[in-house]
Amino acid sequence: MAETTAGRASDRGRSGFAFLRNNLREYGILIALVVIMAFFQFATGGILLKPVNLTNLILQNSYIVIMAVGMLLVIVSGNIDLSVGSVLGFVGALAAVMIVQLQMNFVIAAFLCLVVGAAIGAAQGYWIAYHKIPSFIVTLAGMLVFKGLTLWLLAGQSVGPFPPTFQLIASGFVPDFLGSGKPNILSLVAGIGLALLVLFLAIRTRRREQARGVQEEPFGFFAAKHAAIFLALVYVSWLMASFRGLPNVFIVMALLIAIYSFVANRTTIGRRIYAIGGNEKAAKLSGIRTERLTFLTFVNMGMLAGLAGLIFAARLNTATPKAGLGFELDVIAAVFIGGASMAGGVGTVVGAVIGAFIMGVMNNGMSILGIGIDYQQVIKGLVLLAAVVFDVYNKNKV
Amino acid sequence: MDTILEMRAITKAFPGVKALDEVSLSVRRGEIHALVGENGAGKSTLMKVLSGVYPHGQYEGEIVFEGEVKAFSGIADSERDGIIIIHQELALVPLLSIAENIFLGNECARGGVIDWDETNRRTAELLARVALRERPETKVAHLGIGKQQLVEIAKALSKKVRLLILDEPTSSLNESDSDALLELLKEFRAAGISSILISHKLNEVAKVADTITVLRDGAAVSTMDCANGVREDDVIRHMVGRPLADRYPRREPKVGETIFEVRNWSVRHPIDTHRKVVDNAGFHLRRGEVLGIAGLMGAGRTELAMSLFGRSYGTGIEGEAFIRGEKVDLSTVPRAIAAGVAYATEDRKTYGLVLDQTIRRNVPLANLEAISEHGVVDRHRESDAAEEYRRRVNIRSSSIEQVTVNLSGGNQQKVVLSKWLFAGPDILILDEPTRGIDVGAKFEIYTIIRDLAAVGKSLIVISSELPELLGITDRLYVMNRGRMVGELLTADATQEKIMSMIIRSDTRTEAIGHG
Repeated sequence: MAETTAGRASDRGRSGFAFLRNNLREYGILIALVVIMAFFQFATGGILLKPVNLTNLILQNSYIVIMAVGMLLVIVSGNIDLSVGSVLGFVGALAAVMIVQLQMNFVIAAFLCLVVGAAIGAAQGYWIAYHKIPSFIVTLAGMLVFKGLTLWLLAGQSVGPFPPTFQLIASGFVPDFLGSGKPNILSLVAGIGLALLVLFLAIRTRRREQARGVQEEPFGFFAAKHAAIFLALVYVSWLMASFRGLPNVFIVMALLIAIYSFVANRTTIGRRIYAIGGNEKAAKLSGIRTERLTFLTFVNMGMLAGLAGLIFAARLNTATPKAGLGFELDVIAAVFIGGASMAGGVGTVVGAVIGAFIMGVMNNGMSILGIGIDYQQVIKGLVLLAAVVFDVYNKNKV
Repeated sequence: MDTILEMRAITKAFPGVKALDEVSLSVRRGEIHALVGENGAGKSTLMKVLSGVYPHGQYEGEIVFEGEVKAFSGIADSERDGIIIIHQELALVPLLSIAENIFLGNECARGGVIDWDETNRRTAELLARVALRERPETKVAHLGIGKQQLVEIAKALSKKVRLLILDEPTSSLNESDSDALLELLKEFRAAGISSILISHKLNEVAKVADTITVLRDGAAVSTMDCANGVREDDVIRHMVGRPLADRYPRREPKVGETIFEVRNWSVRHPIDTHRKVVDNAGFHLRRGEVLGIAGLMGAGRTELAMSLFGRSYGTGIEGEAFIRGEKVDLSTVPRAIAAGVAYATEDRKTYGLVLDQTIRRNVPLANLEAISEHGVVDRHRESDAAEEYRRRVNIRSSSIEQVTVNLSGGNQQKVVLSKWLFAGPDILILDEPTRGIDVGAKFEIYTIIRDLAAVGKSLIVISSELPELLGITDRLYVMNRGRMVGELLTADATQEKIMSMIIRSDTRTEAIGHG
């Protein structure tokens, strides 16, 4: 029984569909995104995937995605951060005060904003990690505190507009130095390059795993999956190329997703964060500095909320006292839709990003269809519930 | 005596495995029927079928209780007929009182309003029956595990129990609590209440059981009547399916120079800081030695070990530790690991494993540096490490990708051991390494211990089972009330000598206390 690992494993997943059924939990969320996109593409008569709308969709959801990436680590380690919406608003306000009112250089101001975001995360993480105060309570307090401080900082007024160079963070595009911009050659080249890179890495990994006899994904499934990913990447880059090319925010977002996915999956820090969420006591007795890592996940979350705050302020071109209101709920929902577990120890960065886009596509699609905000909320709530029910059901089935 | 329960040809299949294969079990009225077998033999599954956790229709065969064919659809159903099961993990609400726990879901109430006088009066009666001297208002959290067990039994009595099922009731009890519990079962027997006792402790089974049924690989392989006396070896032979020549592997100790020494070690209780849980304890450990620490539950052995290992227990820790004659700083877990010390916990589910992660993820957890480069994990090295240990310590699993929560107790223990072996320690502290695991797996763990000592590792084994300590160690310390009260070579030791050391130290401290 013990020696038949590889042989048995590959038998089990001989057919692509059987493999998919066994790994439904992993791919279910991606399939859900595709289905939802297909539905809205059809229902909106093709508006959803129009180049201008797709670009907008990415810009609109960038700050949720960025925060979801940080929130994933927080939730995997077994905590939660309710303050991110308020921190986003506060940092945006701080940026406005420094840049618009104090006429500070925006690079320095942006840097300071990130430091302030990290410091806020540190202040909250300190109580959570070293004094064992439940994160729900600490960050609930933080949510109130920073909502109040935002109001105070802005004196209840909106502050803006920002200088045009600052706005470029959120609304600028990478200049097309390879062509004339119609269509955007850089975007196409980057998209195809990325698609090739992903394909190359996947094939290399598969080869190595096959050489070691630990590969259990059937070839048909592998080929179909990567063909779909390749085509999707090329198609999206074509769509963006035919509008204005690559948004700056998109680059930032893609980099963050890649870096954090790598950290979560492949580094010792990632391993340790998952272990803490899975069993903090066992992790601690295995020599993992649980307090410090928990603390760092909050510092990181604060910094990313700060970054999101800058992008959001730049996008609106003004800082308002209401900025960030309720964002924490969208971010947390995205992470849970993406398959993370409330108890910690489970979840992926890519899942959280897909979760954020599911929410984003639904917002966008329903707005195009002219569905009222009342129904939108109801539908989003039900989707969140359905996603988690699906997940729990799948987990119990095994 | 007539038959109270008859389970006929019970078959229960899960996807891919047949957990029970035409098992028949017959329990007479007013007997203690022991159910023994290795982990995974199907004992718990059989009891889940009986108590309705697996409802009628999910298994084949039939259950006849008190002469009627029963089709239980849930626990509530079987409880109504007086079949009460007490699980290994107690199901009490810690922050509720004894009385509230006993009548939880079954309150003495009129129109939804609880009659507290009646509740407390009846609780007091029940507590008297199980010989538990506590007030009904006491919160369960304030009781030790042995007393909690008695509360569970009182709860069963409140439900007019006719067949009591106890799943490993003594696995976390000390000797005197265990004896009290077994005495209670005998009293129940006299009162006509039948019990099914699931236990790994064969000496206890031999003490109280009237009949022993042995399960192996989902089949009832033997039923023995204890009236004519039953030999433990026979039971073991049926359990493992082969005669077990020795319960402990033979070894040739090669003990070298002193490698680890602890002097004047004192630890205070983390909350009740006046209490010294470990009091001025000292010991030394030699290279290639297997050192045992004997003592009753609560003697301070685990506390000593955990406080040494990165101050994972207690406050106000004083004392000095030396490795190879040099003073070492063991004040954090990473430092202790770096100094070559490892501690494998007695409570593998709470402190040992990340249960919802795979074997592959658990094995390297205490030494991620060894499978990574600049903080990036090399997944091939990770798999290799996990695969190597899976083979070396014989972890029975479908692959290294199996999630540890699904492994049996013995195999979980092997994963914990693998984790610490992979960390490459020189000094390995094993706290109750064979608790709750079956005879076959125990032998494998002993073999691992022997092989480690043979390659020059030094081991400290903490155990509440004296025969085990006598079987595998070279030298023993006896601990009682936080103090080291004796040291002896295992070759000279007997159970009686150890117990008398404990008892003498008790009387001495009391004498000092009075003087």
